[in-house]
Amino acid sequence: MGAALPVVKALREFLPERAILHEEEDTRPYECDGLTAYRQLPMVVALPETEEQVRRVLQACSSLKIPVVPRGAGTGLSGGALPPGDGVLLSMAKFMRVLRIDPLARVAVVQPGVRNAVVSELAAPFGLYYAPDPSSQIACTIGGNVSENSGGVHCLKYGLTLHNVLGVRGFTIDGEPLQLGGEAPDSPGYDLLALAVGSEGMLFVVTEVTLKLLPTPQCARVIMASFDDVEKAGAAVADVIAAGIVPAGLEMMDRPATHAVEQFVRAGYDLEAAAILLCESDGTPEEVEDEIARMQTLLTRAGATRMTVSRDEAERLRFWSGRKAAFPAVGRISPDYYCMDGTIPRKRLGEVLRFIAALEKKYGLRCPNVFHAGDGNLHPLILFDANNSDELHRTELFAAEVLEKCVEVGGTITGEHGVGVEKINQMCVQFRPPELELFHAVKRAFDPKGLLNPGKAVPTLARCAEYGRMRVHGGQLPHPELPRF
Amino acid sequence: MIESFAERIREAAARRRPLRLRGGGTKDFYGDALRGDVLDVGGHAGIVAYEPTELVVTARGGTRMNDLESALSENNQILAFEPPHFGPDATLGGCVAAGLSGPRRASAGALRDFVLGVKLIDGRGQALSFGGQVMKNVAGYDVSRLVAGSLGTLGLIAEVSLKLAPKPHGETTLRLEAQQARALELMNRWAGQPLPVSATAWHDGELTVRLSGSAAGVTAAAARIGGAARDEQFWNSIREQSDAFFSGPEPLWRLSVPSTSPPLELQGRQLIEWGGALRWLKSSENPKAVRDAAKRCKGHATLFRAADKTAGCFSPLEPALARVHRELKSAFDPAGIFNPGRMYPEA
Repeated sequence: MGAALPVVKALREFLPERAILHEEEDTRPYECDGLTAYRQLPMVVALPETEEQVRRVLQACSSLKIPVVPRGAGTGLSGGALPPGDGVLLSMAKFMRVLRIDPLARVAVVQPGVRNAVVSELAAPFGLYYAPDPSSQIACTIGGNVSENSGGVHCLKYGLTLHNVLGVRGFTIDGEPLQLGGEAPDSPGYDLLALAVGSEGMLFVVTEVTLKLLPTPQCARVIMASFDDVEKAGAAVADVIAAGIVPAGLEMMDRPATHAVEQFVRAGYDLEAAAILLCESDGTPEEVEDEIARMQTLLTRAGATRMTVSRDEAERLRFWSGRKAAFPAVGRISPDYYCMDGTIPRKRLGEVLRFIAALEKKYGLRCPNVFHAGDGNLHPLILFDANNSDELHRTELFAAEVLEKCVEVGGTITGEHGVGVEKINQMCVQFRPPELELFHAVKRAFDPKGLLNPGKAVPTLARCAEYGRMRVHGGQLPHPELPRF
Repeated sequence: MIESFAERIREAAARRRPLRLRGGGTKDFYGDALRGDVLDVGGHAGIVAYEPTELVVTARGGTRMNDLESALSENNQILAFEPPHFGPDATLGGCVAAGLSGPRRASAGALRDFVLGVKLIDGRGQALSFGGQVMKNVAGYDVSRLVAGSLGTLGLIAEVSLKLAPKPHGETTLRLEAQQARALELMNRWAGQPLPVSATAWHDGELTVRLSGSAAGVTAAAARIGGAARDEQFWNSIREQSDAFFSGPEPLWRLSVPSTSPPLELQGRQLIEWGGALRWLKSSENPKAVRDAAKRCKGHATLFRAADKTAGCFSPLEPALARVHRELKSAFDPAGIFNPGRMYPEA
């Protein structure tokens, strides 16, 4: 039946049959991304292999006025790649080539479907690596990272995707080529590259990315420190920063999180501790020795009850393996979990964690916490069972309260996962109508017809008005049976 | 203060009278036309919030850079992008609007990399807030970084939040003799090795390098690199353009190129920074020849200081980019009153 669609006919003019999916059995795998609570069958999936094909897909959709949603590996956690039921899901999965690695200039030019971890693997023989390392790095793509401005556990010292992308090339919805940034610093005009990174596929479609590579640190060691109180651990983090140290990684996990992880990967975490901190130092052997010693002194003074320093690379990776596996580990102890991504000023940590603990009681749901402590990015994980509609409903209310608390203490609803469809209502809490209007105008500057990933990331004012009315009714959403996150 | 700025902007917009947004006026030389009635932001000054343990400072647009940096220095913190001031009256809003970074740019990042949030008054006189005081924030488009380097054409910068860095424990500057091609190779090779290089500069057969980090790391790296010690003040003279290189009547060009680009064959004197990516040129060379030379190596050239700016300060934009610029400008400033023509005729 899909074969009769005008868009399929248009795509057949320049795409081979294998690159156009429109039968339900073929499109089903694309119905959701990493946020599986939202599903929508795309009308058509297009899998172009060349930049020219991408350009023509966009032109075809633009002239037929049908929406286009770009997608990388589909690992996103906010529903940014949720397909359009009435449009084309543009999969960039075939763009898997690393086009160039220039070791002297320290750049890698890659296609957007290249997986994050592949870049560092290919750069390793030159003593270089690509710094942003989201937990999903073995699967997620560079194109997706650009779209979401992904972080990772090392971004306090080495920055987010934004800080490590030098340039992008792509096409507007009308098929016009755009080159933003490049190897020469400080492009003339407005910094459109800053707008593009983290724009959730709403402005244009990226077909090539130039990445900055960094020299691989000669050595790295991590301290695992235990605390009998979560707030003491938070204060210890502030002490480390105040002493002028920017650790390569600075992560916190609370006891429920370490217990979940330890069953899944034997990372050797202290299960007695109320919270553990992982503090990493990297650099030359002299620098690392010096910094580890200073951090140990500070952590002891801050009340650490136990400390272990990784003796070798295997042990260092084992300490990190637990943190990196935290989400799948939680997935094993609960039928479903819901991962939040708010960022807060670090000094408000104690207050926010007490707030979350109170919500666990209020909603009768458990919520382990993993925390990028260095940069204030919280990942509370609400455990629930999606087959229980009441639990789903309570999870949604729980999450909304946490995100709104993050805004209240001066933070943000999303640090690195993006707004997508998931946090679109909370955008109404973080921004006022004139700011949202300006976001819509920014989108129109690139995509005047509003065809690229429509309805994501920035709510309409009408939607916010509706959400405001719902919030007035004591947080009780109408139709609790509807999955709305 | 915000309300009086907003009122002034609404009036100007209603009458379509251009406004020239101005902090300390230290960068009046930079960019194209200076048009409109001066709207002085310098009185809107002061640090709003500073939490050293959060590595974040928030200050009003008119805050003097000297005041801001001395407050940070008391807590052993710095602005890692080392913004040039070009005078004691330089303001935070002006630095962000100019978007210029100093010697540490190649290793630490550019000004825009450290902007976390901005409060802006747009061309309708609306006070808008983007970003925030936290390091990771992907809610909404990154408008605060778009404002960095926009030369005041998008709005009045009322308040800025910046990420800070600790002052390095150890720092040393070394001088080596090297011809240009060799210096370019060394700068690029060092940057690819785990060395604490925080700045490089080459001029007239002399390569200068600064190492910053832990005392132990700096000492070890200095032994590997070699050369003779040089006064740290050198970096300030490059950043503030008080060095003798920058004097003389010829126009000053700023060529931004990939760091591995070979020596540029252009008339005049050159000074190289940022590991090879920034080439200053003092030359009366024909503007087209300068822009073509930059373009040949996929870079661009800015007429940074000149008496005659008829060639335009900034490299022209491709048509698709120019259209996006026009649309963005009219989204922020529909009456076109903010610093018209300072960046491009269309912005």
